[in-house]
Amino acid sequence: MEKNITLNDLPIGRKAKVKILNSDSASRRRMLDLGLVLNTEVKALQKSPSGDPTAYQIRGAVIALRSEEASKILVETL
Amino acid sequence: MGLSNQSTGAGILQSEFKIERNNSSEKIIALAGNPNVGKSTVFNSLTGLNQHTGNWPGKTVTNAQGRYKYKNTTFILADVPGTYSLMANSEEEEVARDFLCFSNIDAVVVVTDATCLERNLYLVLQILEITANVVVCVNLMDEAKRKRIHVDLEELSRQLGVLVVGTSANTGEGLDELMEAVHQVTVKKNCSQPLDISYDEIIEKSIDIIESRVKELLNDNLNSRWVSLKLLDGDEKLLNSMKKYLELDLLQDQALFQRLKEARNLLNLNGIGIETYREMIASKTVAIAENVASISVMTENKEYNDLDRRIDRIVTSRSFGIPIMIGLLGFIFWITITGANYPSQAIATFLFWIEEHLTGLFMKLGAPAWVHGLFVMGIYRTVAWVVSVMLPPMAIFFPLFTLLEDLGYLPRVAFNLDNFFKKSCAHGKQALTMCMGFGCNAAGIIGCRIINSPREKLIAMITNNFVPCNGRFPTLIAIITIFFAGYAASPFQSLLSAILLTGVIVLGIVMTLIISRILSKTILKGLPSSFALELPPYRKPQICTVIVRSVFDRTLFVLGRAVMVAAPAGLIIWVMANIHVGDISLLKQCAIFLDPFARLIGLDGYILLAFILGFPANEIVIPIVIMSYMSASSMLELNSLVQLGDLLVSNGWTWLTALCMMLFSLMHWPCGTTCLTIKKESQSWKWTLVSFLVPTVTGIVVCFFVASTARLLGLA
Repeated sequence: MEKNITLNDLPIGRKAKVKILNSDSASRRRMLDLGLVLNTEVKALQKSPSGDPTAYQIRGAVIALRSEEASKILVETL
Repeated sequence: MGLSNQSTGAGILQSEFKIERNNSSEKIIALAGNPNVGKSTVFNSLTGLNQHTGNWPGKTVTNAQGRYKYKNTTFILADVPGTYSLMANSEEEEVARDFLCFSNIDAVVVVTDATCLERNLYLVLQILEITANVVVCVNLMDEAKRKRIHVDLEELSRQLGVLVVGTSANTGEGLDELMEAVHQVTVKKNCSQPLDISYDEIIEKSIDIIESRVKELLNDNLNSRWVSLKLLDGDEKLLNSMKKYLELDLLQDQALFQRLKEARNLLNLNGIGIETYREMIASKTVAIAENVASISVMTENKEYNDLDRRIDRIVTSRSFGIPIMIGLLGFIFWITITGANYPSQAIATFLFWIEEHLTGLFMKLGAPAWVHGLFVMGIYRTVAWVVSVMLPPMAIFFPLFTLLEDLGYLPRVAFNLDNFFKKSCAHGKQALTMCMGFGCNAAGIIGCRIINSPREKLIAMITNNFVPCNGRFPTLIAIITIFFAGYAASPFQSLLSAILLTGVIVLGIVMTLIISRILSKTILKGLPSSFALELPPYRKPQICTVIVRSVFDRTLFVLGRAVMVAAPAGLIIWVMANIHVGDISLLKQCAIFLDPFARLIGLDGYILLAFILGFPANEIVIPIVIMSYMSASSMLELNSLVQLGDLLVSNGWTWLTALCMMLFSLMHWPCGTTCLTIKKESQSWKWTLVSFLVPTVTGIVVCFFVASTARLLGLA
C-alpha cells in the first residue's frame, strides 16, 4: 500500500501519522482543536452502518469524521 | 437571508450571565470542562440534588447555578457548557469563553477525565492562559483505576502550577479536598503560578510589541498576554464581546492599532500568516498537553478501551447498528407502556374516588351547582386526567432514557444516523438535538447550539418538533393503548403498542430527514458543514441518581407545568360547555365551526379545538378531548380508562380518527414554550413563524392525504 494517502482511505484497523491539513479555515481550526497536528498518530477504528462517517482514535479519544473532512487530511501510514 | 451571527444567537448571552451575589463575600466559581467528564455529577454532588435546571438528555445547555457552603463562605457554582476548546469555533465555546472572561468569577474549576487526560489538558491549558485562579479536578479516578490508568496528581500539579484534586464524583470521593482547594484559591488567595506557555520566538516578539499597550487599555480586566495572542489571531468575536461586556473597543486606540500592524508585519515577513499562526499556537498547546500527560499519567494496560471498541463494533455495525437502535427504542416503549398501565388505572381510580368525595362535600356545604361544576367538573377533572394519563408514562420513560444517555449510547445514535443527515444536507449532531427533543422540544431547541453552522442550526430548530416530547408521548401511548391494543393489556397487546409507537417515532425521524432536505434545497440552501463527533467511553450509569433526578427534576417539573395549564383550560372548557348561545353551547359552536376543516384531515372539531387549546402545553390535549366529549354527551360518569374507549367510539372515532390524531400530534405547531425558545434562540420572528408553520403544514398535508386515501379506498 502507498505510504501517503488521505485519511479517509486509511483501512480500518490501520494507523497513520498526520502530515498535511488541507481543510478550509473553520474546519481546520476544529481539526487542530482535536489535536490533529503534525505527526499525530491516528487509528481508523470503524465505519458507521452506512459506511460514513468513520470513527478514529485520536489522542486517546474516539472521534467520528465524515469522509469529506477526512479526505482533506493527508497521512502517512505506519 | 439574515443568517448573520446577530440573528442566530449571540445576543442571548447577556441574560445568562447574571449571577447575583447575595452579599459581597460570596464567591463565584465557574465549573468548566470537556463534555462527558461528569461535570454535572460534580455540580450536583456539591450543590445537592435540588437544581431544577434545564439539564435534559444530552448536555448541560444553559448555565446552571447552585450554592454550597464551606468554612463559612458561600460559593456560587456556575455550570459552563462543556467544550473541548475555547477557540470560539461554536456558539457553545463562545458562551463558555465569554463566561470565563466577563462574568467576574473568582475561580475556575476545570473538571477533567482521568481516563483521557491528555485531551482534557488542551482545555486546561487554554484556561490557564486566561486566569491563574484555577483548580483542576481530575474526575473519574475510580474508572481510571479500573482501567489501570494511574494519574500522579502531585506531579500534575507541579507541571501545571495549580492545585490539582482527584475525585470520583459518583461516590463523592475527593469532593472535600476539592472544596478545600477552591477555598484556598478564593478565600486564602493562595494564588498559583501556572506554567508558562511560551511560543515560537517570532510570536513572542510580536506579543512583546503589543502587550504593554494592551495592558494599559485593559485596566486589569483581562489577562493582557492572552488578549494579545487573540489580537494577533484576528479574533473578532472576542473584540465584539469586549465591546459588549467591557465597553472597550481596543482597535479604536491608534497606538495599539499601529503596533498591531507592526506585529502582524513581523509575522508576515517570517511567513506566518493567520492560518499558520493558529496552527503554531494549537500545535504548541497540544505538544505541552502531550508532554504533561506523558509525565504524570501511567497506563498499565494499553488496550484499556478494548471493551468499548468491542461494544461499538456491535452497536454501530453495518448489519446490527440500526436494528439494535430501533429495538432498544421499542424495548423502552414496551417497558413504559406495560409499566404505566397498572399505575394509570390505580391513579385514575384514586383520583375519581376523591372526586366523588369532593362532590359530596360540595353538596353538604350546599354550594350552587355552578360552583361545583366549575371547580370539580371543570378544574379538578381536567387536572385528574392530566395526572393519571401523563404521570406514569413520564415517570417510567424519563429514567430509562436518561440511563441510555448516561451509558453514552446517544452519540452512537448520531454516529449511526449521520449519513442520513448528510444526505439531507443537515448536521450530524442534529440526531443529538432530536434526542434532547424527546425530553422537551424547548430543551432540544436550546441544544441546537451544539451545531456550529447557522443554516444547519435553523434546520435542526425547525424540525425538532417532529420528535414527540414527553408531553406528547403519553398522548400517543394513550391513543395506542385505548384504541389499538386495548387497555387491559396482555403482554402481547403491550408489545403491539410498543411496535406501533416505535413506528410513529421512526416516522417522525423520516419526516425530519425529508423536511430537512426540502429546507436545504429551498429556503435554507447550502451544503452540509464539517463536524467532528466524539464517541465518549461507555460509563456505568448511576441508577439511583438517575431515578431521583428524572422523577424530581424532569417528571414533576413537567407535570407541574402541565397542571398549571390544565387547571385554567379545564375551567375554560367547562364554561364554554355551559354557556349557551341559542340552544347550542359555546363549546359545541366552536367545534361545529372547526368541524368541516377537521374532518378533512381525519379529525373532528373537538379534537382540533383541543390541539388549539393545548398550545400552552401539549399534555392537556387528550384531557381536553375527554372533557369536551363528556360535557357534550349524556354520559356523566367516566371513571376508568377502560370506559374511555367507549366514550371515543360513541363520539364517532374510528381507527382512522385515532391514526390521524396520532399523526397530527406528531406533526403540528410547537407548544408555546418551544415557540418562545425558538424566538429567543433565533432572535427572529420570521424563523419562529417558519418553525410554527413547517410542522403544522406538514401535519395537515399528511393527515389529509391519509384520511382521503382511507376514505377513497373505503377503509373508513
